[in-house]
Amino acid sequence: MLNAPRLSIRHGRLIDPASGQDAVADIHLAEGRVLAIGAAPSGFQPDRTLDARGQVVCPGFVDLCARVREPGHEQKATIASEGRAAAASGVTTLCCPPDTRPVIDTPAVARLVHQISKRHGLVRILPIGAMTQGLEGKSITEMAALKLAGCPALGQADRPVRDTQVQRRALEYAATFGLPIFLLPLDPELSAGGCAHEGLVGTRLGLPGIPEAAETVAVARDLALAEQTGARIHFRGLSTARGVEMLAEARARGVRASGDVALHQLFLTEHDLEHFDANCHLIPPLRTPADRDALRTALAEGVLTAVCSDHQPHDADAKLGPLPETAPGLSGLETVLPLALRLVATGVLDLMGMIERLTVGPASILERDLGRIAPGTAADLCVFDPDAVWTPSPATWISQGRNTPFMGHELRGRVSWTLLGGRIVFER
Amino acid sequence: MTTPNPQLDAQGRLKHFLTIDGLSRELLTEILDQANGFLGVAQQAVKKVPLCRGKVVANLFFENSTRTRTTFELAAKRLSADVLNLNISTSATAKGETVLDTLRNLEAMHVDMFVVRHAESGTAHFMAAHAAPHVSIINAGDGRHAHPTQAMLDMLTIRCHKPDFSQLRVAIVGDILHSRVARSQMIALKTLGVPDVRVIAPRTLLPTRVEEAFGVRAYHDLSEGVRDADVVIMLRIQRERMNSALLPSEHEYFQLFGLTEERLSTARPDAIVMHPGPINRGVEMDSQVADGRRSVILEQVTNGIAVRMAVMSMCLGNQHLGTSPSQEEAAHA
Repeated sequence: MLNAPRLSIRHGRLIDPASGQDAVADIHLAEGRVLAIGAAPSGFQPDRTLDARGQVVCPGFVDLCARVREPGHEQKATIASEGRAAAASGVTTLCCPPDTRPVIDTPAVARLVHQISKRHGLVRILPIGAMTQGLEGKSITEMAALKLAGCPALGQADRPVRDTQVQRRALEYAATFGLPIFLLPLDPELSAGGCAHEGLVGTRLGLPGIPEAAETVAVARDLALAEQTGARIHFRGLSTARGVEMLAEARARGVRASGDVALHQLFLTEHDLEHFDANCHLIPPLRTPADRDALRTALAEGVLTAVCSDHQPHDADAKLGPLPETAPGLSGLETVLPLALRLVATGVLDLMGMIERLTVGPASILERDLGRIAPGTAADLCVFDPDAVWTPSPATWISQGRNTPFMGHELRGRVSWTLLGGRIVFER
Repeated sequence: MTTPNPQLDAQGRLKHFLTIDGLSRELLTEILDQANGFLGVAQQAVKKVPLCRGKVVANLFFENSTRTRTTFELAAKRLSADVLNLNISTSATAKGETVLDTLRNLEAMHVDMFVVRHAESGTAHFMAAHAAPHVSIINAGDGRHAHPTQAMLDMLTIRCHKPDFSQLRVAIVGDILHSRVARSQMIALKTLGVPDVRVIAPRTLLPTRVEEAFGVRAYHDLSEGVRDADVVIMLRIQRERMNSALLPSEHEYFQLFGLTEERLSTARPDAIVMHPGPINRGVEMDSQVADGRRSVILEQVTNGIAVRMAVMSMCLGNQHLGTSPSQEEAAHA
């Protein structure tokens, strides 16, 4: 990459799950790529040296689902604003779902997203192309063209296809080009009108419910179709114990299915809705503590191979109203690292395993050579202080969407530097 | 992390009345005692007390209602408050005004209390969270969540006939799933110490895990469910639930869950029958029961005014107390 400085990052604890490396080592970068790990090549003169003593140096995070709201919803966020948030969070690659306006259902829109993100140069954005035109679930898109335009996968964002025949055909057509399909497992009829898990809290508060079966029915359908068609599917955002159990069983039989979980689902539960906190109005909904525990186990056992932010920045008005009328979703980029580190602190994963699910785990779902550190690879790096304690506040929050239930809560773990293609895109 | 109850002030006094959930038995009993005292006001030649003179109460109904709005209006007038009736469902929101805009505009007119009804659960909590510090919110029904004044008027009606809550069996029959009334009743009954609360409905009309969520027992057979009951509460069933995936027909519903003298025969001989109104005769119950000797349905209406007077005067009265004398002095200085 042009203009990338020659850099040395010294004395950091280098963790690269792809190679299994975990040791204090220097790393040297030139022309946007990793030049050497360990001793500097003879004659290497860095333009700048970063002292990462006491910090972790790892591949930049790959986020399978983060909305940037551009084009079309710039009152909520922009590629520039969320690019800054991503850079500050150690995320160097993010996939944005196709529910922009216009929808990413043509190569032109995919290229537009790509071009705008390239211009800002803060994060690599890989647009997920729409699987059906206008996300309407009726006619399939020009999938080959979307692939050529840089879409690593296709999906329906949060608008699952109702017609099972269309779903089957879309999976088959995508399989023709080896395109993975991202699916939010949520039956549209069973979840219609719902805003909370159908369970104890939803019952007590009288919130229209989304039953567990809304997820398991969709998982069952799509696993059956994946098996029938040989298509590769990825469940984006599982939320139930039974859902991950079905995925585990299918994977064991060799069905080409994978799954991820949003980080907040590993910590929040239906009980966080008890005071009608609109920032906990999420789709899929926060489920029971037992579901949360099962998701953690599935992550630890490798049934789920990635965690993501499911970042959904909103304007303040979208969250100001009676809970069922508010827009679902939370602003999740800036809590990626502290929540992921909490998985380490609570013993769900070790540090290597945690970083794996934020780097090579998601990269292999995308079938892209990202999320690893080796000589010659693009220098997408994150340097973080795992012990830094901070408290998110509206004044220091970077994303345009301030809709997070973690505002004002003490968090541990903070990014010090983020490098994209060898350039420092964030430093604290 | 425990969040303080949003309806109580720092001293634990009622500031808003949003839900029965989280209120103590003592506080509920205080509301019932106060309401009891207000029952006499309607018997006076001048049906007014000057407790809330100079206060402005706005009835903010985002959902249509005649009966509840009327009783709130009468209650406020008997307390000598000034009353504004705003039927928002036909005015502001149709023009795109949000709940919060409406609240802010009326606050600017120095309204002291809002009585709110809205189709979505959590609206009253939302308004209380965003209201100015000197403003009280009374929940007159939010979605499926809560209708606490209805529940309290039902408790008052029960107490008039059956003074010892700790000895009662109470059965609630009908559409529990969609009912804010049932939710508030179940919590009120349990808080007041009723040991045996039952809900009776087909499975389509019972919310998930209702027994655990409210500490009640679920029945699917009416005669079985009302056996030895002291109180039978019938819920209103919306006509649009019929001929849907929830219920096949009014006919089958009445056959199975409609209250008749015969089906009531398993209840205690002195059992009372209640209904929040308006009744669908021949659907929830037949006229013989609705107008029969056990029916206390019209008493409920009368008690509704007294309970609303109690809650309104308590919240408005505590507004005064909310400012400590030293603060007032500071304000005058």
